[in-house]
Amino acid sequence: MAKASTPKSGDADHAGADDGFSLKALQEKFEAQRRYDASDDEMMRFYEQMLLIRRFEEKAGQLYGLGLIGGFCHLYIGQEAVAIGLQSALDNDRDSVITGYRDHGHMLAYGIDPKVIMAELTGRAAGISKGKGGSMHMFSTEHKFYGGHGIVGAQVPLGGGLALAHQYNDDGGLCLAYFGDGAANQGQVYETFNMAALWNLPIVFVVENNQYAMGTAVKRSSAETEFYRRGAAFRIPGMDVNGMDVLEVRGAAEVAFDHVRSGNGPVLMECNTYRYRGHSMSDPAKYRTREEVQDFRDTKDPIEGLKKTLMDKGKSEDELKDIDKRIRKIVGEAADFAENSPEPDAQELYTDVLVGQY
Amino acid sequence: MSETAQKDAKTADNDVERRLNMIEAINDALDIMLDRDPDVIVMGEDVGYFGGVFRCTAGLQEKFGKTRVFDTPISECGIIGVAVGMGAYGLRPVPEIQFADYIYPGLDQLISEAARLRYRSAAEYIAPLTVRSPFGGGIFGGQTHSQSPESIFTHVSGLKTVIPSTPYDAKGLLISAIEDNDPVIFFEPKRIYNGPFSGYYDKPVEPWKKHEQSKVPEGYYSIPLGKARTVREGGEMTILAYGTMVHVVESVAREKGVDAEILDLRTLVPLDIEAIEASVRKTGRCMIVHEATRTSGFGAELSALVQERCFYHLEAPIARVTGFDTPYPHSLEWAYFPGPVRIGEAIDKLLSE
Repeated sequence: MAKASTPKSGDADHAGADDGFSLKALQEKFEAQRRYDASDDEMMRFYEQMLLIRRFEEKAGQLYGLGLIGGFCHLYIGQEAVAIGLQSALDNDRDSVITGYRDHGHMLAYGIDPKVIMAELTGRAAGISKGKGGSMHMFSTEHKFYGGHGIVGAQVPLGGGLALAHQYNDDGGLCLAYFGDGAANQGQVYETFNMAALWNLPIVFVVENNQYAMGTAVKRSSAETEFYRRGAAFRIPGMDVNGMDVLEVRGAAEVAFDHVRSGNGPVLMECNTYRYRGHSMSDPAKYRTREEVQDFRDTKDPIEGLKKTLMDKGKSEDELKDIDKRIRKIVGEAADFAENSPEPDAQELYTDVLVGQY
Repeated sequence: MSETAQKDAKTADNDVERRLNMIEAINDALDIMLDRDPDVIVMGEDVGYFGGVFRCTAGLQEKFGKTRVFDTPISECGIIGVAVGMGAYGLRPVPEIQFADYIYPGLDQLISEAARLRYRSAAEYIAPLTVRSPFGGGIFGGQTHSQSPESIFTHVSGLKTVIPSTPYDAKGLLISAIEDNDPVIFFEPKRIYNGPFSGYYDKPVEPWKKHEQSKVPEGYYSIPLGKARTVREGGEMTILAYGTMVHVVESVAREKGVDAEILDLRTLVPLDIEAIEASVRKTGRCMIVHEATRTSGFGAELSALVQERCFYHLEAPIARVTGFDTPYPHSLEWAYFPGPVRIGEAIDKLLSE
């Protein structure tokens, strides 16, 4: 079991003799019940949310093809269960989230209006960040979502800072800091691990391992490919999670959040997942076989998996199709909005650079 | 010129009609240097198996093997630091940083180690690495895929900074950079990888093959660092530019029919100040154009040098057309980019003064 006491920040003695036990115990606790025991309503909600991300991303891909979204656009298709499984367990009044550039799904997971997200992708004034951030750089203070960061791994230390602020303000919140298997090789990630463990920060580090750091397979760029083990040197317990199963991710979130909220310091969770599309829209993904992608789609798809569970529980195919229709309509409206909204005024170029004027 | 180089230059003359884009020219330079010098090593994110996100290293791992051309983790600080160590031990590493915007985690290694190793070891050790990195905007990349951070590096004594603007130059300058015993930052303007850019973003990309400077001879040749290229001669004004802006400026000058002398600086450090001075003394007017932000941009340095050396020849204040002092924007890219309208207006103003 995790330690019940709440060690103080900066207490050098807290890394005691039972830490080895604690590291192992977290995975054991998770193994005891890997899948979250969701109600039918919860499962329907997860299904809708994952489907919304899927359809939104498909539409974003189309808009990119039409030239309405330019530059860089990284789709979340295949990874939906990670954001939904984790963020459905957050206390949105207290907790903060930060992630990298593949961020559309994390925003949709909050229930943020798809219109303002799509309009950000097309760079319009009505976008959630006024068209100034674009696909990779979106924010929502209302939801304590701290972005949307374009530099690989750079968001991780910021996550440490968010967690330190939660601790300093004693607000009971935790920070959920996502990064990818590629970012896991940035030095600043480990600087943050050390500080987070040293200061006992309330943070859950989540490695979304989608198997490819841009075009480089995990095994070609990482000495330790079991990313959940990488916290051990800092006494951060790791969790090995199937990121293609939303109920398992949610189950892991329950264990990890409970551990962190009990004052035990950081957790490192690896969610093994897969992106179906290229790294970005300009990536033809020639570094892997069609068969590999097809196998994930056919046998491990998070949405199809949950659909099967729902139908086993008596939901009808028609009922699920109706959800899809409704979501397609929402996404279609978002695309229309994103296409027809005006671009920002040219004077916006000089706003928001500094708080003061110069 | 060495005997080998002379022989190579002759071979080159036989095949001057070969047309390459900038990506192919860079690939050609790396290929040649890997072949000529077993100490040359190409490394970086996605450069090996995948062949580089912009395809600059395509086919090199297949040809030279994994010990000469290899993938690194996404660890820019580590990539540059390791390259400094390799260089100190006698190798000649050519690390790629996938976008110039990603170079900042490696700044400590570049500034405190690469640039300073020779000085503090009293020339016992050198760091002969060439950091290749695509840079600049015009591809709708937003703030983390569009920056032009050249003046951060020109400000660091101990580094050289090279920015080619054509396939011919890219190959010859990259070969010189790799052969150079100092650390070189080699910025590749990614907007013009596939074709020169007139500044009109809504017009189709003109391919390199129509451009005179896409004639890239086979085999070895080098272009010395520190020599500017006169893009065109003129008498009314001197325009100093580098990278993508060389082409924008050239197209605006042609369009307006202005008798401008355009210098492509090619390398910022070392700088061909003699060529600049000679040109401004001749024309009496000077304009500097760059994509990077204005304050403390390289244009400020150029402006200071020109007024120090040509003050009594100037007939008008030195003009600068640059990016605005804002982060590189996402949705207002073409308002930020110093395009034909702003350059055209600045030309009119400079001539009217």
